[in-house]
Amino acid sequence: MKNGLAIDIGGTFTDVVLQWSNRIHAVKVLTSQDDPSVAVLQGISRVLDESEALPEDIGIVLHGTTLATNALIERRGAKTALLTTSGHRDILEMALENRFEQYDINIERPVSLVPRELRLPITERMNSHGSPLIPLDMESVDAAIDDIAERNIESVAVGLLHSYVNNSHEKAIQTRVHERLGDIPVSLSSDVCPEIREYERLSTTCANAYVLPLMSTYLARLSQRLEEREFRCPYLMMTSGGGLTTFETARRYPIRLVESGPAGGAILAEQLARELDANRVLSFDMGGTTAKICLVDDGQTLLSRSFEVDRVYRFKKGSGLPVRIPVIEMVEIGAGGGSIARVDKLGRIQIGPESAGSQPGPACYGLGGLEPTVTDADCFLGRLDAERFAGGNLSLQVNAAESAIRSQISGPLRLDTNESALGMAEIVDENMAAAARSHAAEWGKSLEGRMMVAFGGAAPLHAARLMEKLDLACVLIPEHAGVGSAIGFLGAPISYEVVRSRHMSLAVYDQQLVDEVISAMREEASGVVSGATHQHDFTERGSAFMRYVGQGHEVSVTFDPSSVDEQELLDSFEKTYTSLYGRTIPNAEIEVISWTLNVSTNRDDEIVSSFDSKVSNGGEIRQQELLDSTGVSLVPLQNRDDLSVGEVFAGPRLVTERHTTTVVPGGFQIRRLDSGHLLMERHTNA
Amino acid sequence: MPRFGAIQRQLVWDRLLAIVEDQAQTLMRTAFSPVVREAGDLSAGVFNTRGQMLAQAITGTPGHVNAMAKSVGNFLKEYPIESMRPGDVLLTNDPWLATGHLNDFTVVTPTFVEDRVVALFASTSHIADVGGRGFGPDATEVFEEGLWVPITRLFERGKLNETLMRLIHSNVRDPVVAEGDLYSLTACNDAGSQKLLATMKEFQLTDFDAIGDEILSASRKAMEDEISALPNGTYRYSMNVDGYDDPVHVECSVSIKESSIDIDFEGTSSISRYGINVPLPYAEAYASFGARCLIGNDVPNNAGSLSTINVTAPSGSILNAEPPSPVSARHALGQMLPDVVIGCLSEIMPDRVPCEGSSCIWNPVLMSDSGASPNFNAPNFVINPIFNGGTGARPSRDGLSTTAFPSGVRTTSTEVNEITSPLVFLRREFREDSGGAGEFRGGLGQVLEIRHANGAPFVVSKMFDRVRHPARGRDGGSDGATGRVYVKDGQELAAKGKEIVPAGATLVMETPGGGGRGSPKERGRELVQKDLETGMISVDAARATYGFPSTENNPA
Repeated sequence: MKNGLAIDIGGTFTDVVLQWSNRIHAVKVLTSQDDPSVAVLQGISRVLDESEALPEDIGIVLHGTTLATNALIERRGAKTALLTTSGHRDILEMALENRFEQYDINIERPVSLVPRELRLPITERMNSHGSPLIPLDMESVDAAIDDIAERNIESVAVGLLHSYVNNSHEKAIQTRVHERLGDIPVSLSSDVCPEIREYERLSTTCANAYVLPLMSTYLARLSQRLEEREFRCPYLMMTSGGGLTTFETARRYPIRLVESGPAGGAILAEQLARELDANRVLSFDMGGTTAKICLVDDGQTLLSRSFEVDRVYRFKKGSGLPVRIPVIEMVEIGAGGGSIARVDKLGRIQIGPESAGSQPGPACYGLGGLEPTVTDADCFLGRLDAERFAGGNLSLQVNAAESAIRSQISGPLRLDTNESALGMAEIVDENMAAAARSHAAEWGKSLEGRMMVAFGGAAPLHAARLMEKLDLACVLIPEHAGVGSAIGFLGAPISYEVVRSRHMSLAVYDQQLVDEVISAMREEASGVVSGATHQHDFTERGSAFMRYVGQGHEVSVTFDPSSVDEQELLDSFEKTYTSLYGRTIPNAEIEVISWTLNVSTNRDDEIVSSFDSKVSNGGEIRQQELLDSTGVSLVPLQNRDDLSVGEVFAGPRLVTERHTTTVVPGGFQIRRLDSGHLLMERHTNA
Repeated sequence: MPRFGAIQRQLVWDRLLAIVEDQAQTLMRTAFSPVVREAGDLSAGVFNTRGQMLAQAITGTPGHVNAMAKSVGNFLKEYPIESMRPGDVLLTNDPWLATGHLNDFTVVTPTFVEDRVVALFASTSHIADVGGRGFGPDATEVFEEGLWVPITRLFERGKLNETLMRLIHSNVRDPVVAEGDLYSLTACNDAGSQKLLATMKEFQLTDFDAIGDEILSASRKAMEDEISALPNGTYRYSMNVDGYDDPVHVECSVSIKESSIDIDFEGTSSISRYGINVPLPYAEAYASFGARCLIGNDVPNNAGSLSTINVTAPSGSILNAEPPSPVSARHALGQMLPDVVIGCLSEIMPDRVPCEGSSCIWNPVLMSDSGASPNFNAPNFVINPIFNGGTGARPSRDGLSTTAFPSGVRTTSTEVNEITSPLVFLRREFREDSGGAGEFRGGLGQVLEIRHANGAPFVVSKMFDRVRHPARGRDGGSDGATGRVYVKDGQELAAKGKEIVPAGATLVMETPGGGGRGSPKERGRELVQKDLETGMISVDAARATYGFPSTENNPA
């Protein structure tokens, strides 16, 4: 976006990126934990100084943050009460009544965001058709409100059974709470997540209520500070679904802000896919703690509605709190530079999900870390510029890496250090490859022929081996890979998605009902989008969650909201089902459970590169020892900015930049494109 | 990377584990039977050509997996490897050759490289109805329990066995579900086969014999190392459970040897007249699962690790029932076996064992009383939701409330249950004071109140336990509360069998709690305070059982 200022707050760093007079200016500052807006303003000042732009020059401020996610994980949210149907107040804690790990008797579920004594029963009951079986008893509402007042509750969630089909009881409760307690925030399950399945709906609603006061205060303070600094432009927030929304909407539905950073990375991959006309892309984002893999087909990521925050058990599915919000579908595993390696009792190397983080950090940082991490393996293998790591801020200690690997890996496995370090790299690469394969299989996609886009500090170090494992031919390492998410914000559309559960069998298809549902969703979604833009020309994307009658899992089927009819839904369902599961089922009845509509502005696809096409003079080329499966060899190491455009450089070699290094093994070649991106390919004749 | 034997073995091994997990996910997402798709009542695994399981999916239930692990050998006896052709798919629901009752169908598919079998994929799922009397314990012979399909071909060289499919179609109450699930089992094995072939290509493997043997021997060795660290000897434990009409006594001995474990059920009650009998493979499955929760629980489950545990039960005992004994509800007793095995092991690892828990899932079959329905303008329906009681207190942790153990299933949503039936679930919440008191408290059960929206009578088929015999506490901890089934303001119902809930009445189910550990007086006062505030225990229990508040501290 023209003259856009993008801010991405992560756990460790806050990235600020300004697009100004055809250049990208990027700075990284340490996140200020107590008041995150301090670091934001610090970053803004630096980027304005560097670019010589003024606040009034800025056309738009775009913001993404992990604050909501961290508040959930660290349980730092508001004291929240849940008003729920009497007789059902334990929905949140009973969860799915299962164990996510079969053989471990000591597992614990994540602690409920709302403890039992704050789950207050309301006498009322809707049936599954939305007719009241028991009318709403206002005395029980008043009793709950007394409790709320007495216990200094800061945020209220309301979640009643079957409210997704009739929300009148929830609305009446909201009105009463406001009458009696003024403007205490109230999150209704019929607003936040109007979908069938009470556990997931209530979990989402409580998570929203839990982070709402914190996010609301933060966003109010940030807008005030921006206004004080004379930023007169609109401010928008990045959501987990990959679209932008207003601060006002973000303050009402802050749960939609979780995972906004990774969503920005995925949007960057979308932009690059379009820029390079790559129909099928695999986005690979590897940082300090986790790796995220995401598929982009025809310039679009996959969207879904299921996500878990706070997975308490090795990132395992089912061990977190479910939230049902629009999210860009990606797989995240505990594989990053800081992931710790150990040998299990079967003599197998296990990597992560425990991470050494930034304190004490990998052994080679020399800050007291003794356990070998992926970064230690990379360091020992000669993949990093030990002298000038992190832009020269840190000098890596190869000896410390070696002794950590030797004591923890080589000893138990009786391998030499070389084999151990190569083994560590091989296992982490295999873990990521396995995650990619399984993710693709789950979504009925193939990986064959995809272009990889690699960003995040650790990705370019591991991209080549991952390409081999997934049998991909090329990888793109974009400019400013280190601040990829913030760059992604600049190209994101303004969008909003809403959902309705309306059960309908195709055998008794009712066009009028479908039209009503769509137009109600359109009104809500386009109302939100209109509040953030002067554009009037919106794109709409409809999805129906459909299945064969008798099945329990729905598949997401896209349709055109302006022309949808029975035939389109049927065709689209059979096509999707076949691509997922190989065949359709003859003579089985089909039904729709829920509907979603996504309304967005058209994309601003103009990517402005900061790349200064001054011809490079080659710069300094040093030689470094690199260890790979063929042995040790002396390879050239040079700065990314010193590669002249278009020239092909054969591996093995290392290409370094401020926040990462690209490893180009033998059998691979690399060149710098006009856009400044690096393209690494496997030799076709190798 | 042929240079690194150990690393390459690990890569292939990890790949096999990922492949069977995908196989299970495919099965779950495409299944029709609600207990498979919603609750995960299934299993999936890959086998070598000798019928030894190399890897199993973690998704699924232990009772299935270990029984299925044995079943592939039975398939090979009937159809030796040499007789198989590409496109063949084998099937059975034989309770004694596969996983213990007629509802479970096991499908085995050979994976071919050209005309040579390199591996076999097997998967099992619970099909909601197989004809006969329907899912429940009331039959007196297996022949009443539904259609019995011997080991046979479902597909021969890619061509569907239409006679078999038609036979199944006309013998079950919901043929769409049964047929759909057989396709779904076939499809998940195919998905596994394809990924296996891709893996072989990538690693340039021509077979799995050598690497499979390495996986099995590494797993066996890891188990042997664990076992050899335990004190040799024979350890005993016994438990009484409700049974159908008369209580069942389970007597167990666990003998730890140098590098293997023998589990024997000599002294256990003889077979029941009703369908709560357990075929031996199913007893083996849950007994060995109980041992594996404590011994080598991080060693992957496969033929190598399983081979270190031998399970026996005398012929004619309720844990080694032979045809034509009825076995439909064999899970009710089978799921108790881990508690018994863990009880034996408590003697040598007192600090690692959990207490007894609710253990048997509470999965009522709720259906219309078809005779009476028309008078109430009520549709016919059947649902089979799953609910759980509490697990036993763990070493230094409370038990988990309303959580399945040892079963791996999940519960179903109240809103979904109400959409798929005319029932209303008026109440579903924790059952106060049901967790056995102790320094570490047993998990709580739950209370359910269910009625028909139109006031029609309805049928409930029950396969519950711990209604008369509670989950016992340890080391001074109290027993968990027993379960209860009754009509509100009316009669008490039995734990097992089919009964009618009268017109206008409300069915109440109270699931059992887990046993507690250690003296309740030793429980941290802040924990008692919290249990009191959250209503997990009553004021009376706090005072009488936990001695809270203690009188010295509160002279007022």
